[in-house]
Order: sequence, then C-alpha cells, then structure tokens
Amino acid sequence: MYTPIQPFNLVLRIAAKMLIPLILMFALYVQFHGEYGPGGGFQAGVIFAAAFILYALVFGMAAARAVATETVLRVLAALGVLLYCGVGLAAVFAGGNFLDYNVLARDGVSGQHLGIMLVEFGIGITVASVMIMIFYAFAERGVTR
Amino acid sequence: MVLLGFLTVTVLSVVFLRDLFAIVMLFGIYSFLAAALFVTLDAVDVAFTEAAVGAGISTFLLLATLALTARREKTLPDRPLLPLLVIGIVAAALVYGTLDMPHFSDPHAPAHSRTAPYYIESTATEIGVPNIVTAVLASYRGYDTLGELIVIFTAGIGVIALIGYRKRDRDT
Repeated sequence: MYTPIQPFNLVLRIAAKMLIPLILMFALYVQFHGEYGPGGGFQAGVIFAAAFILYALVFGMAAARAVATETVLRVLAALGVLLYCGVGLAAVFAGGNFLDYNVLARDGVSGQHLGIMLVEFGIGITVASVMIMIFYAFAERGVTR
Repeated sequence: MVLLGFLTVTVLSVVFLRDLFAIVMLFGIYSFLAAALFVTLDAVDVAFTEAAVGAGISTFLLLATLALTARREKTLPDRPLLPLLVIGIVAAALVYGTLDMPHFSDPHAPAHSRTAPYYIESTATEIGVPNIVTAVLASYRGYDTLGELIVIFTAGIGVIALIGYRKRDRDT
C-alpha cells in the first residue's frame, strides 16, 4: 500500500489541505465555465484527478480509498461514457440525429446549451475517474515487489 | 522563436540523456514550453490541455511508471542498423505525404476557406456559446469527442487489465 511520503510532515499536510479545495473548485469552474472561457470536460477531469492524487500522496492510499473505492471509480468511468451516449440517444428519441442537441429543448440554442453541458459533464466524470483509477493501479503496484 | 528554440534544446537533451528521471522532468518542461507556445498562438484551450495533461498528469504517470521499473535506460550493445533504416524510410514517407498538404497558415487552405469561417459565423446563431472551441468540440464534432472519450475509457480499462489492482486481502 502507498504510504504517505512523510506521515508527519505538518507543512505538507496543511499546504495540501489548503490547496485541495481550491483545486477542486477550479476544476468545477473549468468544467461548467467551458462554454464561456477556455476549458471543458477534459481539462476539468484532469485537474479534479490531480487534486485527488495530491490528497492520496499526502494522506496515503487508505484515506483516498475512503473517499472513492475502485468500484466507485469504475462505475463512474463507465457512467461518463454512458451519459455522453445517452445524450446522443436522447436526441435520436426526440426525433433528431445522434448527438443532434437541437431537439433536446424547445428551441435549438438552449438545446445546444443543454447538450453541450451534459456531454462535457460526462467527459469530466470519465476523465477524472480513469485518471484516478490509473493512479490507484500504479500506486498499489509500487510497494511490494 | 525563443520558445521554439527552448523546445528544440529540450528535445535534444531528451534524446541524448540516459537518466530516465531527468527525461521525465524534461518532458514536463517541454509540455510547459509547448503550452506557452500555444498561448502565444492564441490557442488557449489547447494550451490549457497541454499544461494540465502534458505537464501535470502525464509527468506524474511517467514517474509512477519509473517507480515500477528502472531509473536508467538500458544501452544496447550494438548499433541497430535495421531499425534506423526503417525509421528513415517511414520518416521520408511521412515527409513525402506532407508535400501535398497546404502550406502552414496558408489562408487559402480548405480548412481556412470553408469549415473555419462556417464555424466562426454560425456558432453565435446556432449554438449560442461564446467559446467557439467548445462549440466545435462538443457539438459540431460531437462524434470525434465521443471517440476520444471512449479512447480514454478504453485506456483506463487497458491499464487495469494489464496492471490490475492488488487483491483486497490487505485492505483495511
């Protein structure tokens, strides 16, 4: 199991505690502000995962696994892809083409807004959980050899 | 130009170094330089991705890989001539393939004369989103982005299948 680098390094722990909420907030900002500024699901997912990895590095894998287990991550990774495809299929059932967001709401523009937001959210979920999953896999491997 | 020069220096030192840890660090620097280059080209979205993915996560993942393997690169005992020949031929073929492409930043290239103006003109009315990159990525090119997402998902599955989680007997 991945033990913390220095379990009693006070500076590191407090700095991480201060940084992690900011990183998470920034990830959410990038996620939901992607239509207006630079950013989007991919970047947000990676930033979110980075905050999580920082937490696991400083506080140890056991603490990280208390937040999200491998099973949860696996389900979330699939859920993001499912959300994306689901938006596409919802457009089909609403009478449009696959991933044609125009039909999702009453007028085309708000349908596009809704579709883009949901799709980006799906991207964010999958990217973040896959990154954390890969980190878990590496971290678990690294110790007993 | 300065940034491009730095990029070249970084790449050359990556090629000639044998210490994998230093190479990983140089890759991080390379990504940051590339991100800065993209910012000067006004491609902030790409720069953002490069900084987050290239300099952030992939540096970390490479370090994690190093922790599992060795730190020094193995030096081959002989000079492999056949691989060099293959690489040379492939590189020549690729360069030959680019000869048909429009010149860099040619304003009459098909991408600049048809698709790009269409996106720029119709994003405001069709999508209503200020960031055209997001509109192209998530709406006009939704299929491609779905493909990219599935690539990431598959990569995650692949890593888990190859390395796997350890058995849960040590779990607290």
